[in-house]
Amino acid sequence: MTTDTTNYQTVQVHRVWIRATPEAIWDAITKPEWTERYGYSGRAEFDLRPGGAYRSLATAEQKQHGLPDVVVDGEVIEADPPRRLVHTMRMLVDDETIEAGFTRLTYEIEPGEGGATRLTVIHDVSDAPQIAAVVGGGAAGTGAGGGWPFILSDLKSLLETGEALGYQP
Amino acid sequence: MTDDDRVFKALADPTRRFLLDQLFERDGRTLTELESQVDMTRIGVMKHLRVLEDAGLVVTRRQGREKLHFLNPVPIRLIHDRWIDKYTERQVSALLELKSELEDTA
Repeated sequence: MTTDTTNYQTVQVHRVWIRATPEAIWDAITKPEWTERYGYSGRAEFDLRPGGAYRSLATAEQKQHGLPDVVVDGEVIEADPPRRLVHTMRMLVDDETIEAGFTRLTYEIEPGEGGATRLTVIHDVSDAPQIAAVVGGGAAGTGAGGGWPFILSDLKSLLETGEALGYQP
Repeated sequence: MTDDDRVFKALADPTRRFLLDQLFERDGRTLTELESQVDMTRIGVMKHLRVLEDAGLVVTRRQGREKLHFLNPVPIRLIHDRWIDKYTERQVSALLELKSELEDTA
């Protein structure tokens, strides 16, 4: 019997501590008026129930650069506010990312000590190495941005200081 | 100790940087796998992993009966965004100022 370690290689775990309530973090992930203020600044639309639709819309600037109106689509698998959100996502940026198909995202939000909350993003990018490079930050400098490390660092800035660092491709 | 202190302390050791490199190459490894990569006792590797975990650079998750170690690059990004950028930006603008100054006097 051989041990299949493929999945191990293709699950990414990104974690950050943020001085904010679990509710504030939940809102920042799921509400469009928040998602447009950090990271890639796309407006996220979630139908927060199992089977509900998820999509993220391009900003005006991104559309000028040739991105489609809907940059990411997917489906909500589990929504337990403000603790746990599981959904799939597919990047509609180009043929390659569309072909890579759906990957699975899990957000875990856990209150900690001293007013800090622990946010863990588990991205199962099995069989999608192109997506793994982009979301892992490995494509930073190529115009794809810094992936999860960038998004979470920006989210932390926004919630703790009221201001994001801003997108730098 | 602040979060940044813990990250700098964790990175200030060659064995710990080597362990991070191992996880960068292939993520989600068990203690036994990591242990086989270094010439050190299991207890020694566990101690180093604990320091990395305290700094947030390694996150462990249970998968079945196994405890897997994952590289978490976010703390390094935080330091990059709050420290490195600050100084490199100033350097770049200082160079630009120098350039325009030299060009003006030329």
